[in-house]
Amino acid sequence: MKSLAELAAIKEKMQNKVVLREGSSETRVVVGMATCGIAAGARPVLNAFVEEVGAQGLAGNVMVTQTGCIGICQYEPVVEVYEAGKEKITYVKMTPEKAKEVVEKHLKAGKVIDEYTISNV
Amino acid sequence: MIRSQILICGGTGCTSSGSKTLIEEFENRLAENGLSEEVKVVQTGCFGLCALGPVVIVYPDGTFYSRVQKDDVAEIVTEHLLKGRTVDRLVYSDVDESVKEEAMHVSLSDTTFYKSQKRVALRNCGVINPENIDEYIAMDGYAALGKALTEMTPEEVIQTIKDSGLRGRGGGGFPTGLKWSFTAAQPKGQKYVVCNADEGDPGAFMDRSVLEGDPHCLVEAMAICGYATGASEGYVYVRAEYPIAVARLQKAIDDAREYGLLGKDIFGSGFDFDLFIRLGAGAFVCGEETALMTSIEGNRGEPRPRPPYPAVKGLFGKPTTENNVETFANVPQIILKGAEFFNTMGTEKSKGTKVFALGGKITNTGLVEVPMGTTLREIVEVIGGGVPGGKKFKAAQTGGPSGGCIPASMLDIEIDYDNLVAQGAMMGSGGLIVMDETDCMVDIAKFFLEFTVDESCGKCTPCRIGTKRLYEILEKITNGNGTLEDLDEMEKLCHYIKENSLCGLGQTAPNPVLSTYQRFKDEYIAHVVDKKCPAGVCKNLLTISIIEDKCKGCTACSRVCPVGAISGSVKNPHVIDPAKCIKCGACIEKCKFGAIVKK
Repeated sequence: MKSLAELAAIKEKMQNKVVLREGSSETRVVVGMATCGIAAGARPVLNAFVEEVGAQGLAGNVMVTQTGCIGICQYEPVVEVYEAGKEKITYVKMTPEKAKEVVEKHLKAGKVIDEYTISNV
Repeated sequence: MIRSQILICGGTGCTSSGSKTLIEEFENRLAENGLSEEVKVVQTGCFGLCALGPVVIVYPDGTFYSRVQKDDVAEIVTEHLLKGRTVDRLVYSDVDESVKEEAMHVSLSDTTFYKSQKRVALRNCGVINPENIDEYIAMDGYAALGKALTEMTPEEVIQTIKDSGLRGRGGGGFPTGLKWSFTAAQPKGQKYVVCNADEGDPGAFMDRSVLEGDPHCLVEAMAICGYATGASEGYVYVRAEYPIAVARLQKAIDDAREYGLLGKDIFGSGFDFDLFIRLGAGAFVCGEETALMTSIEGNRGEPRPRPPYPAVKGLFGKPTTENNVETFANVPQIILKGAEFFNTMGTEKSKGTKVFALGGKITNTGLVEVPMGTTLREIVEVIGGGVPGGKKFKAAQTGGPSGGCIPASMLDIEIDYDNLVAQGAMMGSGGLIVMDETDCMVDIAKFFLEFTVDESCGKCTPCRIGTKRLYEILEKITNGNGTLEDLDEMEKLCHYIKENSLCGLGQTAPNPVLSTYQRFKDEYIAHVVDKKCPAGVCKNLLTISIIEDKCKGCTACSRVCPVGAISGSVKNPHVIDPAKCIKCGACIEKCKFGAIVKK
């Protein structure tokens, strides 16, 4: 190790991998992963969220996790976004493409995409 | 892309309760369910809650599973990782009701065990994979070394450590910065850094946990110490009974060398430092600094008189800085975050946090790290979960064979170096053994003394012969042959040994006796005058007898008695022959009518 820059590079590279363990994120993205959700394609949605959150450098603040059946099986895959001090937002009939959009517009820029939420179906 | 990580404790406690097989099982089950690409299994160091091992934590949600068995793995994988439903029957959720209601989910940091803790020395234990140097770097590892080498002078490093108020965590509590400055003040030339990882107190295992859970932290801290004091070589003296710790530390040293974090010209600063492990054979006296260095040199581990102090003439006759593992574990954080980060925690004269190994009669056996000044009550009753089985707390023993007892009446004492010494106990390395009403204090003192008699190196007479004579007096008392004169003699001998022994081992060996005698004099008197053991431990002072009215003559006791001491015919009350009885208590357990009593 000849310079601090080298150390910083390793830290940068690894950070996304350990940041998962801090467990104190301000925002939680919860993907419904019960049988209904999985059958409707929740797995690729979950993975798209994980990937995009990492790619946008949000892994420190956003926790992507899963839950069981929320009870609105006809709207699966369902994704809920919890933000501290705000109302819960429920996105329905999600796809990996929509997931990317949600990360970019909602989680990063702070603008809820109304047309994907449950209040619009 | 990894979306979830399963952290499995690979500390010694959980390894012995089977965590190694869990790792394999998780990997197999994940593969079966096609999750290998999404979920990663990570082996970590100790989480601290050893009583509930094997411990498994699933992130990002931080779900804490305890006592996980191989058969539970399939369920966790299919339920939690595939479908997102936690397996509630395995979740450890000892939390306040208020937390349960408010939280969206209960995470590890909400549990009563972790909530009051403040982790500095143990910050990475149970969080990173100790065998992966990159994970350590991701948690700001080696950044403190980088900062010290490129932005600070050795004097500034020492000043920061001085300002932080860090004191030696091995027991003595000597100010660390001051110790470093003594070595630094010696003329330039070959100097050494030595880490004392010869953790020998019965019941203490915090150093092992740091070595197993965060070995790079020690490597980094020793390099910083080397830079500050002008040393180019370091030795870690670890006991050979810690195989996992030794293996992980060796891997950490190898990896650090490969990255150039040990070796020549670290960070292009011109500073050279390298580190070596020396294995101890398990002699308690080698935890004493001069004996430890004598042992590293290849000689029989015996202490030598000080002065000259190691800072002047230490390892191989050269100026040497010696610190304990936990002391070093605090150093990188202090350098990185500044002295204020550390000196704002704790009490006036004891700064920072302290790790305690909870053992004995306590619900949550394990490792806890709390700010100095936390009350004993909080550690025992809140974090430790209290005494199990509805029994009453009697005393806590700190400092192992060199320490003393704190009785129940002093539960509200704020724990720091000076308060403990004022109470006739000491911080020691941080072993905290809890005793309940069924523990005999004379017997406890005898237990610790037996240890020191065994471990005395034999070099000086007060320790070699004195501890043996002291042990004999205690044996006489617990056998019921003690007299009041013996008690006086015992006290005199204690002070003689303390004043005349060569090293810390002998100077502190009588502490458990003195402290129990001072706090529980009535128990000693009961043994000597009434020939009774109030706690019901000392066998020679007990009689086991059958209450005639309650005995139904079922013969169960006479059949279980290993020495044939019980006689009587069917349906008639039985009798125990006290001359034959060995007081094993087997009959008491067997009797369905509560007719047999121990007094």
